[in-house]
Amino acid sequence: MINAEKKRLRRTMMFLNAQKPGLIKDPYIYKPDSLMLDLEDAVAENQKDAARFSLYHALQEIDYHGCERVVRINGLDTPYWEEDIRCAVAGGCDAIRIPKTESAKDVKLVESAVEAAEIEFGVPVGRTLIMAAIESARGVMKALDICESSERLFGIALSGGDYTKDLQTHITTTGVELMGARQNMIIAARAAGVQCFDTVYTNLDDMEGFRRSVETIHLMGFDGKSIINPRQISIVHEIFTPSQKDIIFAEKVVREIDTKKAQGIGVFTVDGKMIDIAFYDGAKRTIELAKASGVYKGDL
Amino acid sequence: MEIKKPAIAGTLESSDCQVTVEPGDGSVEFSLESAVIHQYGNQIRKVVMQTLDNLGVDNVRISVVDKGALDCTIKARVEGAVFRSVEQMKNIPWGGAVK
Repeated sequence: MINAEKKRLRRTMMFLNAQKPGLIKDPYIYKPDSLMLDLEDAVAENQKDAARFSLYHALQEIDYHGCERVVRINGLDTPYWEEDIRCAVAGGCDAIRIPKTESAKDVKLVESAVEAAEIEFGVPVGRTLIMAAIESARGVMKALDICESSERLFGIALSGGDYTKDLQTHITTTGVELMGARQNMIIAARAAGVQCFDTVYTNLDDMEGFRRSVETIHLMGFDGKSIINPRQISIVHEIFTPSQKDIIFAEKVVREIDTKKAQGIGVFTVDGKMIDIAFYDGAKRTIELAKASGVYKGDL
Repeated sequence: MEIKKPAIAGTLESSDCQVTVEPGDGSVEFSLESAVIHQYGNQIRKVVMQTLDNLGVDNVRISVVDKGALDCTIKARVEGAVFRSVEQMKNIPWGGAVK
């Protein structure tokens, strides 16, 4: 049975080097929704082994106060990823992030290794979720296949640095270089019913640019963003949490549709706006997001 | 496990510790350097000894330079050094000898 947390709130995923005790001992104080404990790029080649011991004991012994614990394993083209999975699953991580995912086959390969590790270490089969990072043109073109590849897969994430290299361009403040990938990935994720996360914003001196980038991906429909510094968390949460105005309107829409449906009325107005059944799911999502974000006190 | 060659794991960064192991002279020889040795020296020693016991290491010279590491970090660095000394990077006994 697959973990019921598959669709939990994931507005922020904060990257942390699993090899650095000073970073992984108490990141929950910043209240990100998810922690991304990294065994891949952040860890030097000659420290991969030591990082696993550090990760294992952190997972086993540190109380992360409800933050989701995702482990980014090394690429499937390295000699490290299988032991990474054994370590992460034995430690009791919540999810595995696959880097450089280019096909459904990549996800299946990881899924098999995760299941074998769950059996080996007595973890309930299906407990460990998977997410796939897409970092190449091929991965973007295969996004729907990847999204539909496993029951365990809760979402996909764009990794902009490698993706723009593959596209033979580079990251700019306009975001134009990421436009196609973002659009393709969010459509694929929604078609498959999984979540979609945006890439990191690496210029910590440009918080205005960061805010604009988060507003853009929020409007595009993304579920959250990868982050590299606690300073970025509050901006993402502010933008991704429904405002009181949105919540009140959504409540009215849900209540009015329920009432009017019983009366056989299909189209009506709420606060001067034309409303029909097509607004129902969106309004319900706003309420659910507000609940998950801890800002809804109503009874819907 | 038998310590085959000298090995080091960990760093001297804050919240970390650096552990060095070398083949011993028939017993466990422990040395510790820490700014908090008077408050936590016994606890650090206990964690190191327990970790070596879990790994079945009873013949080692082990030195720890502590920079304010939590117990979980001390365990990780001891294990890291021991497994490096036997050059084992895969099939680690997670949840078994490593616990």
